[in-house]
Amino acid sequence: MKQVDFQRSLQGGADGFAPPPTIWQKLHLDPWLMLPFLLLMGYGLIILYSASEGDMGYVERQALRFLMAFMVMWGFAWIPPRYLRNIAPWLYVFVVGLLLAVLLVGVGAKGAQRWLEIPGLPRFQPAELMKLVLPMTIALWLSNKKIPPRFSHIIIGLLIIAIPVLMIAKQPDLGTSILIAASGVFAILLAGVPWRWVLLALGAAISALPGLWMVMREYQRQRVLTFLDPESDPLGSGWNIIQSKTAIGSGGLFGKGWMAGTQSQLHFLPESHTDFIVAVLGEEFGFVGIALLLCLYMMILARGLYLSTQAEDLFGRLLSGSLVLTFFVYIFVNIGMVSGLLPVVGVPLPLVSYGGTSVVTLMTSFGMVMSVYSHRSRQGLMHK
Amino acid sequence: MRNTNTGLPFPWRVRIVLGMLGALALILVGQLINLQVVHQNFLNTQGDARALRKEVIPAHRGMIVDRNGEPLAISAPVETLWAEPQILSEYPDRWADLATALETPADVLAQRIKLNATKEFMYLRRQMTPNDAAKVVALGIPGVYSRKEYRRFYPAAEVTSHVVGFTDVDGKGQEGLELAYDSWLEGVPGLKDVLRDRLGRNIKDLKLVKQARPGKDLVLSIDLRLQYLAYQALKGVVAENGAKAGTMVVLDAKTGEVLAMVNQPAYNPNNRVDVSSSSLRNRAITDMYEPGSTMKALTVSSGLMNHVITPDTKIDTTPGRLRITYKTISDHRNYGVLDITGIITKSSNVGASKISMMLPEGALWQTFHSFGLGQNPQTGFPGEQPGELPFYKPTQVLQLATMSYGYGLTVTPLQLARAYVPFANGGKLFPVSMVKRASPVEPTQVVTPEVAHDVLKMLETVTESGGTATRAQVPGYHLAGKTGTVHKVGPNGYEANNYFSVFAGIAPASDPRLVAAIIIDDPSSGEYFGGAVAAPVFGRFIAGAMRLLNIPPDDLEGLIKLQGKKS
Repeated sequence: MKQVDFQRSLQGGADGFAPPPTIWQKLHLDPWLMLPFLLLMGYGLIILYSASEGDMGYVERQALRFLMAFMVMWGFAWIPPRYLRNIAPWLYVFVVGLLLAVLLVGVGAKGAQRWLEIPGLPRFQPAELMKLVLPMTIALWLSNKKIPPRFSHIIIGLLIIAIPVLMIAKQPDLGTSILIAASGVFAILLAGVPWRWVLLALGAAISALPGLWMVMREYQRQRVLTFLDPESDPLGSGWNIIQSKTAIGSGGLFGKGWMAGTQSQLHFLPESHTDFIVAVLGEEFGFVGIALLLCLYMMILARGLYLSTQAEDLFGRLLSGSLVLTFFVYIFVNIGMVSGLLPVVGVPLPLVSYGGTSVVTLMTSFGMVMSVYSHRSRQGLMHK
Repeated sequence: MRNTNTGLPFPWRVRIVLGMLGALALILVGQLINLQVVHQNFLNTQGDARALRKEVIPAHRGMIVDRNGEPLAISAPVETLWAEPQILSEYPDRWADLATALETPADVLAQRIKLNATKEFMYLRRQMTPNDAAKVVALGIPGVYSRKEYRRFYPAAEVTSHVVGFTDVDGKGQEGLELAYDSWLEGVPGLKDVLRDRLGRNIKDLKLVKQARPGKDLVLSIDLRLQYLAYQALKGVVAENGAKAGTMVVLDAKTGEVLAMVNQPAYNPNNRVDVSSSSLRNRAITDMYEPGSTMKALTVSSGLMNHVITPDTKIDTTPGRLRITYKTISDHRNYGVLDITGIITKSSNVGASKISMMLPEGALWQTFHSFGLGQNPQTGFPGEQPGELPFYKPTQVLQLATMSYGYGLTVTPLQLARAYVPFANGGKLFPVSMVKRASPVEPTQVVTPEVAHDVLKMLETVTESGGTATRAQVPGYHLAGKTGTVHKVGPNGYEANNYFSVFAGIAPASDPRLVAAIIIDDPSSGEYFGGAVAAPVFGRFIAGAMRLLNIPPDDLEGLIKLQGKKS
């Protein structure tokens, strides 16, 4: 990073002008972010083809979603950050209102109330919107404060986070609420919090775990118990995790080959094309296959973090930084739960799991990251 | 970098955050290595344990065919539908479809699924046609599968029911020769490794562990054509006379093989829903009867062999009664002085009794025994009976006398038929066999050819005019035989009005080919004499059998006479 910056400042300094905008800058796209994304999407489609037992329909629908998500991302890349900034508080209030509506009149299945049905609109999950709106709001809240923020500012920030997170956890949708909480907390962390406060908060969180146990739903408790000891109920709730570990482990270093995984192809692996798709990958392409996937993710993360360090103001930096870090949480929680490190929470594997909502949300967040980077003022660049 | 960020603590924070992320990523990678490298073997075995199964390949059970290769029992491939209740019980919304497809009441099926909900296996319906089973499987109801089995079919149904017997639904012999030759007929099931999905469906055959070895075919000595004729004749007579039951055995006079063996009542082995145990019995082998007057042929043989009589010996049976100790032996009427032929022709109890008194000690028992009575015929048939042949001392005059005309001992119809074979072939007794013999077996000479010939001549008179079995006559053929009419034994000794009607016959008399024994149990329509009830079975059977076996008539005179009458 330093080297690049140095060269760039040298260049700018020598000419006294900003370098002419490249074609990518004009398009508001970042090629080094686009490349790993495209590779990842291709890789994801290959895995999905196998996970859906060679059903080209799944692959086509997913590819269509990728295309749609790409358009949405590109659209957001064109929106200057100041618009996001201006609209953030209103969006926050609006989405909180939607979340309230979900709790009151939402629809869903299996005891969870997650969707909102508004006549004339496709049914959707307001929590997905919150994944974008909360980082915007926190970034806005802290961007015009002194850095590092004062204790009271942090507390208010935490409140802003807590309201939607608790509402989503109440639906209940633990996976999403964790992701949203993470995005908000990352923004606060990036804004600068003294480490002793962080440690203190961690200590408080750990001591609050029993309290969390009290408010958890029965099925959530079951998941935690299952996580701690999957063998306690191997045919019931432990089934998923035992199966996914078996699938991953039986893949070994190089895997059994594409479409040749017995656990996934013979339906022993549950949810094999959605949340547990990484187990299909692990079984068929082995450790090497997962390592390749992780490399692609790392490229996206590294480039994303680099882009966010280049943001010209605090709002942009906090926003894009927290969005990129949330992307990491997705990956960690998903692979962690499928490999048995974490309890089972419904978090899809970004851009690989079958399903449209998370793809659109994720690509939108990277659209914002690109926007923050590409809308730096020419002036600011010249000053470097 | 710090300079580009105007004092914000972002960069080192980013580095620390990156460090934390890196640590988390390392934990992930560590877990993956733990699973995919360290525990790879164990987890791979676990995975195989879920997907790999050993499956039994059913073995084809051998056919049972008659001596000419006509199928009597064949195994046809069928499909059996089964379910994994653990899976099926998760889809109660599909039960109605399943019940409709299986044509069972929905509540009965639901009840069964619930009852077995914790089990991994239950039958839905066994032995369906492959088409019907495929239709149910095509519904795609989770936990419902079909597997190949064999079902036994019996083309001759009732006609061969007692001889062939049947298997249970699992293909194990239960009755008859299916049971007796079970280990010969049944194959050895094979084994194969299959890849099976979570719903238990076979995805792929991986490896044949052991080929299924089909069972061997069993060729019976039975001639299905004769079997049909015998069945028809017996069934008709049993029905006409309102009899309780009937049995008939036909042996080959030259080899002693069983050519036909039928019983009434019979059952349909293909549909055994309402089969009573009495119709399951192969009476010809498992039931013992007092043979009555049919034993007189053996008594006469004994006299001839022991030289106490010659065919021309005259015996005075006047006045048709003979009092021995407390019992009077009586004839049907007073026949006066009879030669030995006359005793057979008229079936004189007094005459037979008098012969028994002339015999040396143990001679009668010895003769009966040598004809195979009181001994297991060793067909291997389940439930085979040896009959009872008591030994009487010379002082037991009454017992010896009654034995001479067939009371006080029991035989099975098979033994009776077998005991008449020596008269048909010059005195040779053959071991019985229900299985076609590959090579001829050595018979035992039980009487001299002359004695056999003499007795056969006497037996021939029985079916001629003046004999007791004129109703067995078949135009164009000389027949030989002996009737018997036996009082049935009831709770209070011999019943006055219930009889076994018995006939043992040989045809044709000039060069015997077939020997038969017939017993009709309790004819109730008025007639009960062996000559009136049992003998016609023989006649009807022989009439068809002679033509079928292409045996030239040996009584052309009789034929000509008959034609003269007609024209």
